[in-house]
Amino acid sequence: MTAFLQSGIFLLFALMSLFMIATATQAGFAVHGVIILIASLLAFVTTLGRLKPATNGGWILQDHSNGGYDDAVIKAGLIATVFWGVVGMLVGVVIAAQLSFPVLNLGSEYTSFGRLRPLHTSGVIFAFGGNALIMTSFWVVQRTCRTRLFAPDLAWFVFWGYQLFIVLAATGYVMGITQSREYAEPEWYVDLWLTVVWVAYLAVFVGTIAKRREPHIYVANWFYLAFIITIAMLHIVNNLAVPAGFGPKSYSLFSGVQDALTQWWYGHNAVGFFLTAGFLGMMYYFVPKQANRPVYSYRLSIVHFWSLIFLYIWAGPHHLHYTALPDWAQTLGMVFSIMLWMPSWGGMINGLMTLEGAWDKIRTDPIIRMYVASLAFYGMSTFEGPLMSIRSVNGLSHYTDWTIGHVHSGALGWVGMVSFASIYFLAPRLFGASRVYSLRMINWHFWLAMAGITLYTASMWVAGIMQGLMWREFNAEGYLVYAFAEVVAAMHPYYLIRLLGGVLYLLGAVMMAYNVWMTARGRIRNEAPLDAGQPYNPDQDRPHQDKPLAPVSAGAQPAAAE
Amino acid sequence: MSKDKKPVETTGHEWDGIQELNNPLPRWWLWVFAACVVFAFGYAVLFPAIPLPGGNSKGTLGWSSRAKVEREMAELEASRSAVLKGIEQMPLADLPKNPALMNAAIEGGRSAFKVHCVQCHGSGAAGGNGYPNLNDDDWLWGGDMDSIHTTLTHGIRHPGDDNTRMSQMPAFGKDQLLTKAEIDAVVEHVRKISGQESNAALAPKGAGIFAQQCASCHGDDGKGNRMFGAPNLTDAIWLYGGDRASLHNTIFYARNGVMPAWNERLSEATIRKLTAYVHSLGGGE
Repeated sequence: MTAFLQSGIFLLFALMSLFMIATATQAGFAVHGVIILIASLLAFVTTLGRLKPATNGGWILQDHSNGGYDDAVIKAGLIATVFWGVVGMLVGVVIAAQLSFPVLNLGSEYTSFGRLRPLHTSGVIFAFGGNALIMTSFWVVQRTCRTRLFAPDLAWFVFWGYQLFIVLAATGYVMGITQSREYAEPEWYVDLWLTVVWVAYLAVFVGTIAKRREPHIYVANWFYLAFIITIAMLHIVNNLAVPAGFGPKSYSLFSGVQDALTQWWYGHNAVGFFLTAGFLGMMYYFVPKQANRPVYSYRLSIVHFWSLIFLYIWAGPHHLHYTALPDWAQTLGMVFSIMLWMPSWGGMINGLMTLEGAWDKIRTDPIIRMYVASLAFYGMSTFEGPLMSIRSVNGLSHYTDWTIGHVHSGALGWVGMVSFASIYFLAPRLFGASRVYSLRMINWHFWLAMAGITLYTASMWVAGIMQGLMWREFNAEGYLVYAFAEVVAAMHPYYLIRLLGGVLYLLGAVMMAYNVWMTARGRIRNEAPLDAGQPYNPDQDRPHQDKPLAPVSAGAQPAAAE
Repeated sequence: MSKDKKPVETTGHEWDGIQELNNPLPRWWLWVFAACVVFAFGYAVLFPAIPLPGGNSKGTLGWSSRAKVEREMAELEASRSAVLKGIEQMPLADLPKNPALMNAAIEGGRSAFKVHCVQCHGSGAAGGNGYPNLNDDDWLWGGDMDSIHTTLTHGIRHPGDDNTRMSQMPAFGKDQLLTKAEIDAVVEHVRKISGQESNAALAPKGAGIFAQQCASCHGDDGKGNRMFGAPNLTDAIWLYGGDRASLHNTIFYARNGVMPAWNERLSEATIRKLTAYVHSLGGGE
């Protein structure tokens, strides 16, 4: 019965999309109707194809599981993560080039910076980061609860529903369908769809925890759960809007500075709960697994989890320093951000100290090296964040490229590196290989990414601080010294360095895509193992004592240890 | 880290092979966290922070961002006011004779120029196609202090200002005052008097048409007339280009560029500062 219900719902969606197409007054809305029509018809046909007669005379959906964990959906998630990662970073390189050379806007609205920029941010945050979080959370929650996913079919719905959300959002941006809310650009009907998908995600995750076969819930799951629940709340409240008729346009329920505050309450906690809590969940499973060491401190994980969750949600107003937002709200945003410093660092300490006794692996294991680098960048950007939230510092940094540098030290360094490392951890396990196709390519990826991040963040720090100082430069007569365009011209060399950094980072990601592809094909590259030399043996490293010198014969080897 | 420690216990649980040590909170972590919280509370006492019925707490320092900007603006005004008054009250033509005031006006004008003028005239005031270069001594409406001041105050062909600089070159081709062939001849004549390569057969015919149609504004010799903002056609400086196609378009459609009347947006002092700045760029008369 439920099987028929499922396919019926998809058919209903197909009919709804026909209505969208028929009534559309704007081309973009009709295009979205067509995309939804294709997706729901595909879902309808696949569901029907899986219908099998049940023993009791009814119909059921065939179950393909073989008694193991539900890893097929994770495998799909891994491929989607790698794909969207390369796409999102490529668009990033394109818009970095546009900022250096405006002619690359190509004179068309479809290829202009204003439309491609949200394509980049949503592409890397929600498409790459979101898929990474969803697929790793499915892996982690099954392993640490020692049970299969609750409602595996629903997990597949989450996967495909999320991809549909990404496609609708991305095509919308290019066609000019946007709410103009940073990181919340999709219009009302796409938001509604994401809400459905997200609630399904919550159900799968909580359902799996509920039927766990372990007495306790592992810390990684606390972070994943905090991420899922809070993102649901943020997404719904920030996107409360009244559609202007049945079309791709809506008006926010809030207005003026209240709207701005709602938006930055959302925006800051997208950073806090999507890019911090979610990825801390990832870190708490994969770092101890890869290092094969126990987590450093259970107590620290409890205290920093609850303090992080409690404090983060209030920090949003620091995005609105020196605006129409009342001073008292700005003050609260600032002091909550400063109190957030140590709770954020708790995750870094727990991650890094987990490597105690296994630090030598940094030398030989490029995956561990990525985790360590990501934790270091996490620490740096969670120190820089509170610093930039201080009112007077913000007076210099706000609206400059310092902010861009800050975001990318977190995004490229922390989120990117921890995701890459987890992809390398999962790829051989999901595709049944003994290891990744090439560890040396991971090493190359690591160094390309490090060089890229260094160029990117350093150039944006310098450019941003210079920009802020030039804007406020007064001469002895009390007049501003620089025209806006002169400041733009001064940024050009730094934009070129940033572009180069982005290209290097993208190159590393392309290398990862190739590496994962070859791993999926079951290949193992024949290469020398990554090692810095022979292991040290203190017993041999000592002067000769008892035995007399043996005569040295021609071509003799040094005596091997016996 | 090398000193001997008792091995730390785990919590006794295990998930997929992962165990947790029961290390205490790092002492430094706890202290820094506490210090941040103390700082936060202290800051919230000193600055406006707590929303209360009847208005938020004002903070013991009495600081507010609005008062701060007002204070800074007042300080700036106070430091400038003597100079501003001098610039405003002195007869314009005398300003260049008073180096201290003139320099202050130029610096203020440089700053205002970067906000209001660079969009068309460029940050170096070198202009562009359709926007005059202000660094040279080729003036459409005059380059002395008073002329520049009038142009800035009332603008050029600015709708709604009765004193705006006004003149209108006819669209000779579009309005069928001249045929295309006649325009081509005038183009050759203009190229000739501006010292460019020209068609010797057509130019004399163009000279005749020029004398009838153009000389009333541009002068018999083509050297222009500032009363009508009519450009000098005999130099190498072109507002819309001196090549054949540009000249043809100029005569066929006419141009009639517009500049806003800045008295609608800027104070008299600022307009005077801009006057001084533009005057100082190299061509001031």
